[in-house]
Amino acid sequence: MDEQLKSELRRQGVVATSLQELYNWGRKSSLWPLNFGLACCAIEMIATTMARYDLARFGAEVFRPSPRQADLMIVAGTVTKKMAPQVVRLYNQMPEPKYVISMGACAISGGPFKQGYNVLKGIDRYIPVDVYIPGCPPRPEALIDAFMMLQRKIDAQELTGPNRPRHLNAEMASEFVIPEFGAHDLEPPSNPEVWSAPLVNIEIAGKNEPGNG
Amino acid sequence: MNLETVKQEIEANVPGCAVDMVLNGSPSAQHSLLVDAAHGFAVAQFLRDGAAVRMDYCSNVTGIDWPVKEISTKVKTKKMVDGVEKDVDEVVKTQSGGYLEVVYHLYSVAEREGPVIVRMRTEDRAAGVHLPSLTPLWRSAEYQEREVFDLYGVMFDGHPDLRRLLMWEGFEDFPMRRDYVDPDDYEYEPTAHDEVLQRTREHWSAEDCK
Repeated sequence: MDEQLKSELRRQGVVATSLQELYNWGRKSSLWPLNFGLACCAIEMIATTMARYDLARFGAEVFRPSPRQADLMIVAGTVTKKMAPQVVRLYNQMPEPKYVISMGACAISGGPFKQGYNVLKGIDRYIPVDVYIPGCPPRPEALIDAFMMLQRKIDAQELTGPNRPRHLNAEMASEFVIPEFGAHDLEPPSNPEVWSAPLVNIEIAGKNEPGNG
Repeated sequence: MNLETVKQEIEANVPGCAVDMVLNGSPSAQHSLLVDAAHGFAVAQFLRDGAAVRMDYCSNVTGIDWPVKEISTKVKTKKMVDGVEKDVDEVVKTQSGGYLEVVYHLYSVAEREGPVIVRMRTEDRAAGVHLPSLTPLWRSAEYQEREVFDLYGVMFDGHPDLRRLLMWEGFEDFPMRRDYVDPDDYEYEPTAHDEVLQRTREHWSAEDCK
């Protein structure tokens, strides 16, 4: 239906909607996060749910203690290599539709521990991430912004057609390989289905941009 | 108490032990005692129970890796050159390192003394990495010795529960050793240099390098 016509009707007291709109509205307004934190980002996540920032305004106040009841995984903090299999296992145990917010520098890329031997260089190596929030740690406002961004993303999803989300496409996997502890590193070191190294030739990258000669 | 007196006390009370002073040339002048591994436990026991020292608190356990390092020094010697005696610079090469070291920081709460810093060295970095565990004397050393074992590979004999602490069971490397090679989980680095740049180059195909 034409957007203009819809708003015109709404002004006259007639509400017209579509199943897709209702479906997406329902899901985006009751995102239940999984109740787990990994490091200092979790403190900011807790602060976000408390009275001052009040995440309940967005329908996300019920942090679930079980992955079976959660829609959203907030990876809040440093994912060590020892912790990574558990995080992926929790993600696999969540029912579809499920979303991931990668919160903070460590969850995105390993952050200050990137060159270390014990920290995973970003949770997106094993599970698909919907929203990244940079920061060390990100402020509650940033987490709320990520929430709103995720809500907009859910709102824009089409229920049919080739662009339909993963949980409506039977051919797409909803479980991802759980890494195992190897002799030198996690096996496999990343899941090629969701992540591949962004190979960039540093010597030519950026040369074509103005001001870089 | 002066560290020199502690050293004399140890030598007087623990027969047969070899104790060396390791001098710290920095302004802090925190000198330490190097104890031979064979008498390490007896020395530690004396430090804890000896009436004059009573080091009842072990605050810190540290590991250090000393890989083999070649040091060349120039030595001036007199040599006969063409029948005339001359001063000639000669380069003498010596090796240092090639062992793992564990450092204990001991305090006496009862005597308000400390720290007394005790070092022990392993024979080498491969098979002879055994040192006596001091956990039976100071319980606070338990996790720290486990950590030193985990990251440096020092085997503590007599430790009640010597397992890996930070890395997982089945991990084979010791990541804090100088010769540890970390797994090649490369990704784009905007400011790659040296080793990282070298690795980056290895990942580029011929296509990328055009």
